[in-house]
Amino acid sequence: MASGISLRNVRKSFGATEVIKDIDLDIDPGEFVVLVGPSGCGKSTLLNLISGLETLTGGEVLIGGNRVNDVPPRDRDIAMVFQSYALYPTKTVHQNITFGLQTRRIPKDQQEEAVAEFSRLLQIDHLLHRKPGQLSGGQRQRVAMGRALVRKPAVFLFDEPLSNLDAKLRIEMRTEIKKLHQRLGKTVVYVTHDQIEAMTLASRIAVMDNGHIRQFGPPEEIYENPVDLFVAGFIGSPPMNMLPGRIRHGEGRVAVDVGEDLHFVLPSKLSEGLSVAEGHEVVLGLRPETIFAAGTELPGPDRFLFERPVEVVEPTGPDTMIVFEIGEVEVIARVRPEDARPPGTPFSFEADMSKAKLFDAKTGRAF
Amino acid sequence: MRARRTSGIVRPKGLRSTLMRALLFAVLGLFCLYYLVPLVVMVSTSLKTLAEIREGTLLSLPRAISFEAWAKAWDSACVGVRCDGLRPFMWNSIAMAVPAVLLSTALGAINGYALTKWRFPGADWIFALILFGAFIPFQVILLPMARTLGLLNLAGTVPGLILVHTVYGLAFTTLFFRNFFVGVSNGIVQAAQVDGAGFFGIFFRIVLPMSIPAIVVTVIWQFTQIWNDFLFGVAFTVGDSNPVTVALNNIVNTSTGVKEYNVDMAAAIIAALPTMLVYVVAGAYFVRGLSAGAVKG
Repeated sequence: MASGISLRNVRKSFGATEVIKDIDLDIDPGEFVVLVGPSGCGKSTLLNLISGLETLTGGEVLIGGNRVNDVPPRDRDIAMVFQSYALYPTKTVHQNITFGLQTRRIPKDQQEEAVAEFSRLLQIDHLLHRKPGQLSGGQRQRVAMGRALVRKPAVFLFDEPLSNLDAKLRIEMRTEIKKLHQRLGKTVVYVTHDQIEAMTLASRIAVMDNGHIRQFGPPEEIYENPVDLFVAGFIGSPPMNMLPGRIRHGEGRVAVDVGEDLHFVLPSKLSEGLSVAEGHEVVLGLRPETIFAAGTELPGPDRFLFERPVEVVEPTGPDTMIVFEIGEVEVIARVRPEDARPPGTPFSFEADMSKAKLFDAKTGRAF
Repeated sequence: MRARRTSGIVRPKGLRSTLMRALLFAVLGLFCLYYLVPLVVMVSTSLKTLAEIREGTLLSLPRAISFEAWAKAWDSACVGVRCDGLRPFMWNSIAMAVPAVLLSTALGAINGYALTKWRFPGADWIFALILFGAFIPFQVILLPMARTLGLLNLAGTVPGLILVHTVYGLAFTTLFFRNFFVGVSNGIVQAAQVDGAGFFGIFFRIVLPMSIPAIVVTVIWQFTQIWNDFLFGVAFTVGDSNPVTVALNNIVNTSTGVKEYNVDMAAAIIAALPTMLVYVVAGAYFVRGLSAGAVKG
């Protein structure tokens, strides 16, 4: 059984510092929710409030519809995977996995059944008699997952489980976690600071900053329609280009003047209903993939052409990043490798303005 | 036990460096000799007869080895008016040291665990106060402690001495275990909490098995301190309940009859043997335990 989780007006302070500031969040049963944000944003604390390892300063936590504010972690029907794996070093893999079953006095034969089932699933059945010290990082990670899975809880909590693995293993394990979720269908709350992990795993992402949830929605929505500059800048790699400028009205259209005689004309879906005065300070957001070499994509409406000299060329394999400057701001464009030109040469760029985002420079909110 | 390591040994190059090396070893050898002479004198004197001690010099080796002095020191030397040697007092010391070491170590372990893994408001203050106990000179507490033991009806008994050593050992044992547990990942305790274990469940099943190095260090330290203690022994026990250190003093400081140096030496060595034994048995752990914070999961 998967359970939903609800947080109502959740607050947490450590002494005088408020770490979680009045958070409301509803997680549906079977969902994979990723809490993402920079370090110190409160995401791990929020996870510990759900697990019960930290006590609430205010508000309510509900798991499966039951208020669990005063329920200790062991009775919340949850399992947790820690960043450092937190395996018991003096116990064998088998003992590590069954510890939670032993404390709950599950009969021996059921324990063995569960161990057999999940150790096969996680491919650790040949390691059962080793101690954690004799395992590699990836194997420890699997054991930590096995220890969580074997109790068949309603909710899984993951606290940056992949951040101690090397890059290749991290991608492998990411896929495995997603597979496991699809197979078991349990509710997952997953904390990470890696926005790619968040994008690839989540059914919904909660972007956190400074004790608040800035935006909560499916990955595509977070990527395509960030509510403010923080979310826009945090999600996406390389990050979204942010061009500060001023609004210019004229000839039945609205443009953003970013200096150097460049007036990015806004598409009608952005300019219609936009009621801001001439000269209003805004930030124009353009993702790197929406700026490319002129004429290399099929023509479409709302394209804006401009020329800049190339500053830096960064090949990544499938694409090449071209860094150039507008005013003081460095801008990254993603072009096909064959379109790249050496630094110093003038380059014709084409921006797909239909995908541009516009933010208020003062409040940071999206229009 | 472990493979002989030869890598990393610096070998002398050239004449000058070889000479310096020889000088270094000569100086080290001299210090070594200087350090060992008292022990050699003790052992050799304890194996001589009284006549030989009177005729020979301090440093001369025994002509014929005799264990008479050892036998006498063990079970017939006079301690005060009682002439049963050190034997009954050795048992006193064992009966005192073993429970006192076990109690103070066990309580120190629980203290250290609670102070680091189950933080509560004021934990740092409590630790500071406990630590303060490590710096109190023991002479200061002799009178209040004597009064306390009197009120508890434990004055002059071995259980009374166990209590004193347990209480005053706590400062050190708590310090050792706290410093060890600070290095143990909190995640392990949290994982065990989520797994359903409680305060003592986590302590006995997870944390204690991890802390073998800390336990060994603490046991060696406590055993050495408690076994060698003279002050509490002489202040809080009387006659038959004296620990071996007090009995040894009474043998050596006797003012009647002939001074039997061979018996004194043998008695001193006997009284020191248990601590040496503990170090030989657990010494490898002791050295490892000093860097015990490096134990990782």
